[in-house]
Amino acid sequence: MKFIDEYRDAAQVKRWVDSIHRKTTRPWNLMEVCGGQTNAIIRFGLDTLLPPEIRLIHGPGCPVCVTPIEMIDQAVAIAARPEVIFCSFGDMLRVPGSEKDLLTVKSEGGDVRVVYSPMDAVALAGAHPDRQIVFFAIGFETTAPAVAMAIAQADRLDLANFSALVSHVLVPPAIRAVLGSPDNIVQAFLAAGHVCAVMGTRQYEPIAKECGVPIVATGFEPLDILQGVAMCIDQLEHGRAEVEIQYTRCVQAEGNPVALAQIAKVFRTVSRKWRGIGPIPESGWALRPEYTRFDAALRFEVEGIRAEEPAVCIAGAVLQGHKRPHECPAFGTECTPERPLGAPMVSTEGACAAYYRYRRRAEEKES
Amino acid sequence: MCLAVPGRVVEIYEKDGLPTGKVDFGGLAKEVCLAYTPEAQLDDYVLVHVGFALNTIDEAEAKEVFALLREVAEAEEQMRKDEEPS
Ligand code: SF4
Repeated sequence: MKFIDEYRDAAQVKRWVDSIHRKTTRPWNLMEVCGGQTNAIIRFGLDTLLPPEIRLIHGPGCPVCVTPIEMIDQAVAIAARPEVIFCSFGDMLRVPGSEKDLLTVKSEGGDVRVVYSPMDAVALAGAHPDRQIVFFAIGFETTAPAVAMAIAQADRLDLANFSALVSHVLVPPAIRAVLGSPDNIVQAFLAAGHVCAVMGTRQYEPIAKECGVPIVATGFEPLDILQGVAMCIDQLEHGRAEVEIQYTRCVQAEGNPVALAQIAKVFRTVSRKWRGIGPIPESGWALRPEYTRFDAALRFEVEGIRAEEPAVCIAGAVLQGHKRPHECPAFGTECTPERPLGAPMVSTEGACAAYYRYRRRAEEKES
Repeated sequence: MCLAVPGRVVEIYEKDGLPTGKVDFGGLAKEVCLAYTPEAQLDDYVLVHVGFALNTIDEAEAKEVFALLREVAEAEEQMRKDEEPS
């Protein structure tokens, strides 16, 4: 069987696949809300091992992909300023804004740097008091503790030349938005293990209860994902809708209390626009009033920049499971990882890029 | 980009007022902020994301992940070899 024989631990993978086949009696639609899981599913062909009744839908789980285009435009505007050293995670550099991406700004002479940690940006601020250091704070709940600590540290060190362009997004409101869509087909969720490592799983309990959907906090290895799917199917087949943890080696129901306290100190919950989806209420974190002096959008007066996405990109439909990447007319023609039109084609965790990389030939044969 | 990687704490010290450490990822050591894992001891495994330990991990389970990662890497290597035109 495809991709099974290659594993040395084929026996375990096969055991889980077999158990899923045995459990499944009806069609079920599951959504993973994590780009890391999307990548693993497509890369290892995990979906092709499942019974045909089970469909895995790749949800809005890649923070790079859901960052709104106007945030990229704001980043571009700031990064182009001569006094600025603009620090970002590597995968944001090629996300297309309305006119250009950050890599283009860099090629035009802007000082754009890839950093591994937000603390690297804080260190740069200390080392270059004559420059303005701006950190592009993108990410889900997993990344927020690092950014919260960087802001607090900049405050403690009184670094007047440090600021952050904050666009944090939160998973539970996105799950609610998917479930609230009138044509929703998703019946269960794999919750992102590393988001839950920080946040815990309690906040998913009201969603599971109110909406009647199983939610399983799941890891990223092939076996993790298969086990998460098996747990979802088990619940669905037995009519249960509970929050469970597959990824027990890293996730506790209460999350990481020290990180949660630091997040609460620095961030407040705000409504945020998601690329391809639109505004989702209470779906993001922004700086609390005590820390607005570190808000790059205010410091460089870019918060007025607004923009709309190119009409041809159907990322919204892809991210909500209504369409698959290869159903987009631009997929693989106008839109490729080398020249992406939309964000899901940029990041290796985006559904379009994952399909392009691992699935193009198979889908062509299929259609 | 939310991926976090397990590694072993090999050194603990303080840097700029924050608990910090060196974490070994299969031979490559990196500086990591330990402020969120005050319980972490030398030789403990921690889950690291963008320079921060998010949690401590059970060592037996971490080793299992390492073994699995190795297997996956070997499987990919095998797949590449299989794909190469002979
Ligand atoms: S293939 Fe490109 S244009 Fe089409 S939905 Fe994906 S990112 Fe957008």
